[in-house]
Amino acid sequence: MDWFENGWGLSLIVFLPLAGALLVLLLPRKQERAAKFTALIFALASFAGSVYAAVTFELGSSAQFQFGTDLSWISAIGSRFHIGIDGISLPLLVLSTLITLLCIVYSWNHWPEPHNPKAFLVLMLVLATGMNGTFVALDLVLFFIFFELVLLPMYFMIGIWGDRTKIRIPGFKREVETRLYASIKFFLFTLFGSAFMLLGFLALYFKSDPHTFDMIALAEAGRAGAFAGAFGGWVFAALFLGFAVKVPMWPLHTWLPDAHTAAPTVGSVLLAAILLKLGAYGFIRISLPILPEQARDWAPAIAILAVIAIIYGSLACLAQTDMKRLIAFSSVGHMGFVMLGIATLTDIGINAAVIGMVAHGLITGLLFFLAGSMQHRYHTREISRLGGNMKLMPVIGGLLGFAAMASLGLPGLAGFWGEFMALLASFNPLDGLSLTVFRTAMVVGAIGTVLTAGYFLWMLQKVNLGEPPAEWTGKELHDADRFELAAWAPLVIAIFAIGVYPKIIFGATDGAVVNLIRSAFGG
Amino acid sequence: MFDYHALAPELILGVTLLVVLGIDLIVSERHKYLAGVAALVGMVTAAFPLLTLAFCDAIAECTDTGSRSLFGGSYVFDDFALVLKGLFLVSGIITLLLSVGYLESDDYYQGEFYFLVLASVTGAVVMASARDLITIFVGLELVSAPAFLLAGWRKGDLRGNEASLKFFLTGVLATAVMLFGMSLVFGLTGEITYAGIASQTALLDLGSEPAFVMGVVFVLVGFAFKVSAVPFHFWAPDTYQGAPTPVAAYLSVGSKAAGFVGLLVICYQAFAAVPEIWGPILWVLAAASMTIGNLGALKQTNIVRLLGYSSIAHGGFILVPFAMAASYDSVGLADAFFGSITYLLIYAFMNLGAFAMVIAGAAKAKSHEIADWAGMNRYAPMTAGLLALFFFALAGIPPLAGWFAKFVMFRAVLGVFESGWAIALAAIAAVNAVIALFYYARVVKSVYMDEVPITVPPAEAAEVPTAPSLVLAIAITAVVVIVVGFFPQVLAFFGEAARVFSS
Repeated sequence: MDWFENGWGLSLIVFLPLAGALLVLLLPRKQERAAKFTALIFALASFAGSVYAAVTFELGSSAQFQFGTDLSWISAIGSRFHIGIDGISLPLLVLSTLITLLCIVYSWNHWPEPHNPKAFLVLMLVLATGMNGTFVALDLVLFFIFFELVLLPMYFMIGIWGDRTKIRIPGFKREVETRLYASIKFFLFTLFGSAFMLLGFLALYFKSDPHTFDMIALAEAGRAGAFAGAFGGWVFAALFLGFAVKVPMWPLHTWLPDAHTAAPTVGSVLLAAILLKLGAYGFIRISLPILPEQARDWAPAIAILAVIAIIYGSLACLAQTDMKRLIAFSSVGHMGFVMLGIATLTDIGINAAVIGMVAHGLITGLLFFLAGSMQHRYHTREISRLGGNMKLMPVIGGLLGFAAMASLGLPGLAGFWGEFMALLASFNPLDGLSLTVFRTAMVVGAIGTVLTAGYFLWMLQKVNLGEPPAEWTGKELHDADRFELAAWAPLVIAIFAIGVYPKIIFGATDGAVVNLIRSAFGG
Repeated sequence: MFDYHALAPELILGVTLLVVLGIDLIVSERHKYLAGVAALVGMVTAAFPLLTLAFCDAIAECTDTGSRSLFGGSYVFDDFALVLKGLFLVSGIITLLLSVGYLESDDYYQGEFYFLVLASVTGAVVMASARDLITIFVGLELVSAPAFLLAGWRKGDLRGNEASLKFFLTGVLATAVMLFGMSLVFGLTGEITYAGIASQTALLDLGSEPAFVMGVVFVLVGFAFKVSAVPFHFWAPDTYQGAPTPVAAYLSVGSKAAGFVGLLVICYQAFAAVPEIWGPILWVLAAASMTIGNLGALKQTNIVRLLGYSSIAHGGFILVPFAMAASYDSVGLADAFFGSITYLLIYAFMNLGAFAMVIAGAAKAKSHEIADWAGMNRYAPMTAGLLALFFFALAGIPPLAGWFAKFVMFRAVLGVFESGWAIALAAIAAVNAVIALFYYARVVKSVYMDEVPITVPPAEAAEVPTAPSLVLAIAITAVVVIVVGFFPQVLAFFGEAARVFSS
């Protein structure tokens, strides 16, 4: 299919959800079924497109950008509609379309309060366009637009359908609802980062000769040393701010636990599974190739922040009483492993980062789905009030056990590869990086995996095992229904498949990663 | 032969002014709206010659008279002037669309209102072409004087009186200061036209002459009042709040844009030889306007006042590209013009749209207090959705048009990234862009996420109709804000045309 390969395919994958959103918007609010089917069809088409792209992707030349196009967009500022995918973006694109589809399936009869499926679906589909677009954009301005496009839908998702529990914020006189606090905090943090990221993009544009926003051209210029010296340092810092908030890296992570906890189930899933990946993807796609020299300078610092995040995340998890918050903090730790992998600047490390991102997307997505479903039934997320889940709801309980095991890095499941290979890579980072720092990071990171195992097992023991507390005995608690199972089964299968046969991911990423490292760092 | 083609927009507006006055005299009370219709038709008609002028080469019958510069270089028609005349006409048209329903609902005198709006727009159209001190002054006064009256339109309302009086007194003070500055400049150079002043300044080396510096500063101060740049901004929120909302919309877009155009042209033509005098002043004005405007907006509870402060902040953003004037080369200068003009164009549509939603929303909630707008999406989902659209556009969130305005602004200032001052200003602007989100989002939060207050009966509020002319204004601005967000080239094209302006 020629038309698919010369840009139309990717454009459809990106913009079909947006078209679906417009269509849903035009439907009357009463027509819930029509809205749901429209959204499902468009998400399914987008997913099918990405699967077709994955199947026809030429693995042999995964370092090349495929299915791409380069069209005139805003000639006044020299920005072009340049898209394409290589081995690094392909798995993330498929992950993004898959998770969107599953979220719509899951939502089918699990609408959060206030019930308004039409608006909720519109937001989900707009979000999908933003996420898919970020993974295919090869122009900095285009990347920026897609990167920011996710903000509005997520803001509304958290703010309208979020948690209504009142909390007291230090420094405020009155109590506020969690959703209100979390939504604006998420918005402000991300916007703060991306405002500086935009300044960095513009600085790159003006320093390049001829002026361009094209990532590929900029990467070539970067290799030739166009952005050397203090200038590059400032630009790297600006980009770092934008991406690090999104990842999020310690100490810029504070929006994450609030946003994840307050968001409705589907919002948490999308946040954890995809939105966090946008930041790490930005590091791999933009910071490293365009500013290799600065990446080398900053790598030890990033590694240190990453291990702090790993340890901090696990310790914070141990202190949580709220299930969703626990999973949220575990994300901080897992993204720490991803960033550690990136910081090593080796092919193993970056392969680890990509597979770690995919695995985290699948596993944490599943965990948030489960936490949401359990809250739907128990009407609480307090770990201390739960117990004996295996007896009350065997299917959900079993899946929770499975997801927790996958998340703590059990060999044979997807979560293992990212952690293991990140640690492996930090034993032997890029030549010239401080071995002391990275080997210390490896040891500390390994301790982190133990702590991770600790809190997940502790949570499982509290929530899943034992006798149900008196409060729940005799209560009518439905186990997973078919929509939930339909949404979770693909995740479970993918977690197994990647765990047993990681080449599903590495087959695509390796060529691109090796090429990235060789051209940027000569390693 | 005299170039009537070039002057056609002004001539049409002038004739329309008389016709509107005449209609007001003749028709009965019930048909006063005809005056509005006539004004509207006049402005739309005046836009046609702009098109024929812009595409003169492509039209067979159009006799190109060479350079379209009249009255010895005092009155110029370049692409810059045409684009801005277009902007003023569009903002005038939308203001009238906002006014029609608004005035009907309150039983004000209508004929004079349309006459005054039309006069003010005519002044702005004149300013776009003016290239000497006297013409620009006359143009500016023609913009301002009707605006003083419009601001006090609600005669019985105390706030309306305050608005008008405050606006009038500060406006007259600004005028006096500016005139003093202009007379100093004229006295030292002996020239009225911008080109003449520029060449004399370079010839006589007036850059270090204290009286000349004082003259330049006074002129800047006068314009700073007009565009309500901090620290000359304090009249703006009070005036916006007291004036009828469509007038506030016009003040924050049309008359403000006119002030900016006058400021930019005088700086870049008359004072082109001495950017070291006015560059730093604009830097301070830009930084202060953004910061104070935003911080002021944070604590507002009245939605019109909030938009008043927000428009002060946007004024700062528009000035940002010019703050680095001293370090620009010719390419950078063109980028700066492109940045400011594009920002102005996009801002005009966003802000008019936001004011249109304020009119629509206030009609439903019967209040301008943000707290009373809570939960509006429950009973008026369309109003709430469009309100969110315009407010997030103003905040600069992609994919709504505002992002491109912010983008070109950053682009212009970072064009000279070797300068620490440029980076500092860019950083200040970036932080301000984030602060601004907070108060725009607060309004959206109230509308979407809070409970409907007991003072507002949802069923009744939902029944309040929106005037057809208002719907049209909203539709125009909303389409522009969305389309430009995805395809910024649509408006950037005009910005690019305007950057041809040089020397």
